[in-house]
Amino acid sequence: MLSKLKLHGGAELLFDGVKNHHVTLPGQSDPWDMKQLLAWIRGNMLKERPELFMQGDTVRPGILVLINDADWELMGELEYQLQDQDNVVFISTLHGG
Amino acid sequence: MCQVEEDYNGLECKQEKIPVPTLNRKCMKCKEGTAVLIIRVNDSFCRSCFKEYFIHKFRAMLGKNRVIFLQEKVLLAVSGGAASCSMLSQVQEGLSREAPKKLRFVPGIIYIDDGGACGRSAEERQRSNALLKSIFTETGFTYFIVSLEQVFSLPTSVLVPGTSDPDPSNPSYKQAVDQYIKEKQTLTEENVASAVAQLSIEDSAYSPEHKLALERLFSSMKTLTAKEDMLQTLRSHLILHIARENGYSKVMMGDSCSRLAVKLLSNIALGRGAALASDTGFSDPRYGDVVIVRPMRDYSSKEIAFYSRMFNVPSVFISGLDTQTHDKTSIQRLTESFVTNLQSDFPSTVSTIYRTSEKLHTVMPPQSQTAEPASKCLLCLCTLDTKVGRLPSHQDLKTLLCYSCRLTIKDMVSLRKAQHSWVQSLRVLHSSNSLWYVVDDMASQQCPAVSHVMSYKTVFFPFIFISTVIQI
Repeated sequence: MLSKLKLHGGAELLFDGVKNHHVTLPGQSDPWDMKQLLAWIRGNMLKERPELFMQGDTVRPGILVLINDADWELMGELEYQLQDQDNVVFISTLHGG
Repeated sequence: MCQVEEDYNGLECKQEKIPVPTLNRKCMKCKEGTAVLIIRVNDSFCRSCFKEYFIHKFRAMLGKNRVIFLQEKVLLAVSGGAASCSMLSQVQEGLSREAPKKLRFVPGIIYIDDGGACGRSAEERQRSNALLKSIFTETGFTYFIVSLEQVFSLPTSVLVPGTSDPDPSNPSYKQAVDQYIKEKQTLTEENVASAVAQLSIEDSAYSPEHKLALERLFSSMKTLTAKEDMLQTLRSHLILHIARENGYSKVMMGDSCSRLAVKLLSNIALGRGAALASDTGFSDPRYGDVVIVRPMRDYSSKEIAFYSRMFNVPSVFISGLDTQTHDKTSIQRLTESFVTNLQSDFPSTVSTIYRTSEKLHTVMPPQSQTAEPASKCLLCLCTLDTKVGRLPSHQDLKTLLCYSCRLTIKDMVSLRKAQHSWVQSLRVLHSSNSLWYVVDDMASQQCPAVSHVMSYKTVFFPFIFISTVIQI
């Protein structure tokens, strides 16, 4: 399953400075949900300092998540089931302004 | 928040989230569009209603606090981040011809390149400066890109608060509006804009000595808390100087609600409680002739980040002193982490702190018979909150600083094994136009720690220039 990940506001620093990522998630019988995606990101993409991106199962407070340009709170946050070609954006609000 | 009767379970106490059907929610304002974001606790907005809401809030903030007069020159302090770039786009939007009741002031933009203090390389700084320059030229406003190293060449007049005589022809806001409507504009707006745009300055050049001096200044401070505090002070002075030099009477800062809530709590921890009202309020009049205003103080970081993302506000992320640092590296960083974490469980945290800050007012000291202005701290120009038992003496620097600035300076000269954690004596020499501080009596001592302190003497007070005429 293909997914586009984007990082803004300083979050890209944790991913080698790369803002746009096209990821192919390995196929599995159950559809991917956000919780699993985050776990996958932590395991496969985060190069350093995972505690600056995630806190437990969810993202660190201060990092906003948009799924297809909509607030993930409207989609069920961690329970949202990812669809093919979904756009996920992580924006860090902890610096800048 | 937790009920009073409820047993306190320590970490288990969490506000129950009200379960509402969230998929395909409708906008609470127009009831038609599909909601794209939730702000505050449960307010969902669709895209167009959110844009209206965002723009309206900015106008309402400026309209409610009638401090910006017509045709006034206003400097926008842009750091490159989402909040200040959103502020810039709001000003642009407000000044554009299509806007109803458009804003009428003359904006300028200032960006302070503090890469020297944050340890960024020259190439990185040039890259971000170039990106910002392209954003600024798009707006068509005058802009100033100034490097922090230039703080070493500021005159001492920056430390003297200016007088705030209101312009006799604009005694009040209402009268100013009436006068403007009566007057005919002779210059068309395009002519003004093009003439003004030619005055843009990119003065990012700095001398190697200043660069070295800045690096040494920041490396002489042991704690990140002191570094951040000093950076803030130096930045304000530089902005103030540019504003005064170019005739700007107002400076707009892009501090958001969340940012100000963190600032309020960390300022209390730093010992700046006496100046809270001006540090976090809408307007900060401590400098006299230049007033700092904060029009973004009603926006949470979430609203700003969403607006910035949805409506493609160009911004540049520039790493600062505390980027990627651990939670406990500085007071400011710890407070930010505390407030943000608390906010995720109790969504009314930031707004409660914000509302409390609105109620803060500076207590005016009783008018003395001589009606002398209250003495100001030498570094941050807030009213001195420390007890001045004796007259401010030139022999003892401590009496010239507020409590918090004393702590910052103290950190600068404290050394692990030094027996003297404070400079024992200073001699201030008044010359006709300048003040310079000479560390005195230290050379005669043999303590190795002292000679270490002496090596920092030329960077002790960077913006009070140490005259090069007399070799120290």
